[in-house]
Amino acid sequence: MTRHLPWLLTAIVGAVALWVVAVSRGEAVNALWIVVAAVCCFLVAYRYYALFIARHVMRLDPARPTPAIRRADGLDYVATDRTVLFGHHFAAIAGAGPLVGPVLAAQMGYLPGTLWIIAGVVLAGAVQDFMVLFISMRRDGKSLGELIRMEMGQAAGTIALFGAFMIMVIILAVLALIVVKALAESPWGMFTVAATVPLAMLMGAYTRWIRPGRIGEVSLLGLVGLLAAIVYGQAVAASAVWGPAFTFTPVQLCWILILYGAVASVLPVWLLLAPRDYLSTFLKIGAIAALAIGIVIMAPPLKMPALTQFVGGNGPVWAGGLFPFLFITIACGAVSGFHALISSGTTPKLIASEAHAPLIGYGAMLMEAFVAIMALVGASILDPGIYFTMNSPAALIGTDAASASAAVTAMGFPISPDLITQTAKDVGEHTIISRAGGAPTLAVAMAEIFSHVVGGPAMKAFWYHFAILFEALFILTAVDAGTRAGRFMLQDLIGLAVPAFKDGTRIWPGFVATALCVAAWGFFLYQGVTDPLGGVNTLWPVFGISNQMLAAIALMLGTAVLFRMKRDRYAWVTMIPAGWLLVCTLSAGWLKLFSPDPKVGFLAHASRFGEAMSAGEILAPAKSAAEMQRILFNDRIDAALVALFLAVVLSLLFFTVRTCLAAYRSAHPTAREIPAQMVPAE
Amino acid sequence: MTGVFETLRRTARLMVGIPDYDAYLRHMADHHPDHPVMDRTQFFRDRQQARYGGKNGGRCC
Repeated sequence: MTRHLPWLLTAIVGAVALWVVAVSRGEAVNALWIVVAAVCCFLVAYRYYALFIARHVMRLDPARPTPAIRRADGLDYVATDRTVLFGHHFAAIAGAGPLVGPVLAAQMGYLPGTLWIIAGVVLAGAVQDFMVLFISMRRDGKSLGELIRMEMGQAAGTIALFGAFMIMVIILAVLALIVVKALAESPWGMFTVAATVPLAMLMGAYTRWIRPGRIGEVSLLGLVGLLAAIVYGQAVAASAVWGPAFTFTPVQLCWILILYGAVASVLPVWLLLAPRDYLSTFLKIGAIAALAIGIVIMAPPLKMPALTQFVGGNGPVWAGGLFPFLFITIACGAVSGFHALISSGTTPKLIASEAHAPLIGYGAMLMEAFVAIMALVGASILDPGIYFTMNSPAALIGTDAASASAAVTAMGFPISPDLITQTAKDVGEHTIISRAGGAPTLAVAMAEIFSHVVGGPAMKAFWYHFAILFEALFILTAVDAGTRAGRFMLQDLIGLAVPAFKDGTRIWPGFVATALCVAAWGFFLYQGVTDPLGGVNTLWPVFGISNQMLAAIALMLGTAVLFRMKRDRYAWVTMIPAGWLLVCTLSAGWLKLFSPDPKVGFLAHASRFGEAMSAGEILAPAKSAAEMQRILFNDRIDAALVALFLAVVLSLLFFTVRTCLAAYRSAHPTAREIPAQMVPAE
Repeated sequence: MTGVFETLRRTARLMVGIPDYDAYLRHMADHHPDHPVMDRTQFFRDRQQARYGGKNGGRCC
């Protein structure tokens, strides 16, 4: 009993903190309450729920050799210390998603987001990562597509692979859009990000020829270069010659990014991708740690209300009500389907013992949710007036301080034009109006927190651009790496029909697949950039739906495997979150298609513009018949995409039910685990 | 203290896809004593290509 006592105390502290967060109204709540509530909940969930899953649902066997033992080769399959592997896995799953989603979700107030991140990760997100790691670990570290094929059949595997490719396309488009939103009309930000390209190439040359393999050394040199670029960027932005040279419109930036993606993804990896990945990985880990420390030191009060009037829908940042769109918007911080690809990637080949799986699978995802909580705190410590000025589309609030202040004040969040201008000046930008996408908002919050700890108000502009740089850096790495991965996925898919496409000795299939991949995400990026409603409005929900659908697919795979192991009395562990995600994504997808509200439904929006066109009218924000035509076309493409995602997830639901029923009727376990005997080491 | 530093160093290297070279040498010595081994530079380049060269290239959102 005494061993449960500390956990009981943790649970009580967590419950009290959660209660304070949930019921306080009127007086400002300190952000630390949210942090304490989250940490306590995560600790208790890890100690009890993760262990319950490990012992009873999966029956992990520490004596059973993992792929790293059975197939040890010193390269891909290496039994790795669990702390080291935890770091590796966390670095692989942590990306821009958990930082952006919660910032966007803050339009409904801090409470709904906080509750969903905590509940979602404990019951769904961490379960998914853990389950996929477990399944892959027992099958030689095979990838998600192969696992689905093994357990649910060839057709299900191919459909899942196709779905994963489309999800990749949307992710790349939305990430690139965030970079565009952050760097447009910002010469300082643009210069520092552009400077990372030659900097990374110098680092690449250094690790290639001068001091091969000295990653620590070269990363330190790179960091010095980065800081110099941020400091020097201020002078560049102020210069009469260089300032305009680094000022780009969103459309120009869109083309620059598309060109960059195409070129970078065919360059040798050691030249640009690898060295920049060193910088972005270490900077990401460092910035997350610094943010945690900063929040604890500053202990800021929350300025955003617990709930805003946008809970019912009609919010300016994204359209739709709390159910289902809050769950779609937060995405990665609570549940991320993409983690299923990571948990069936390198990690299962490196894990030394099955006993380490709870820490790696469940624990790392809790850490990711903690990052999401910090992002939510960041957005909520800003003046709500600033938050809505930054995140509302220009179509609603105009483009100058006076119109933005009037519009945002009318929403019920009073803000003076002076404060808007002053905030922009503090962070060294021309304007902060309609800088949607989450990254700039988070950067303002990080500048607030970091400058409180180091440097005071004078350092705000530096910290703002540091935060922008850190986000842009790992998004660009993701664009580059994602284009390469997408290219191989596409080659595999087309190779099913045209076998010559998979032939590794030819050059043209690679180029064709790369071009197709870049064209695919470039199309959605361009659409988002030219979207008068700001793009994030349209693309983020589509991204959220696709990501949560992939999570639902992973959890359905988990359910199928539990049935096939004849462990179906515990199948609720994956069935409940899978069911919830299906309800959320299917209803969100349905609303995106068929909602009569043109702000939410793509088809309603299309028919409104279609009717106006046939009547010869031009509807704002379009300015010409050609623009009307483009809006109509975009709506139909988006609708088709959502319909496609719905078809993918529904067909996988069908395969899952079929698999589960067959397994239920069978008298013996049918799961295709790879037997535990040793194979000759390679 | 050196233990902590060593763990941090190995964690940072594995974060960017470079596994432990000594573990590789140990594996080769135990299982393939007759095979030639890659030197540190070859090992580094091999692992760099394996991480970024394609199939494992997916990064998280």
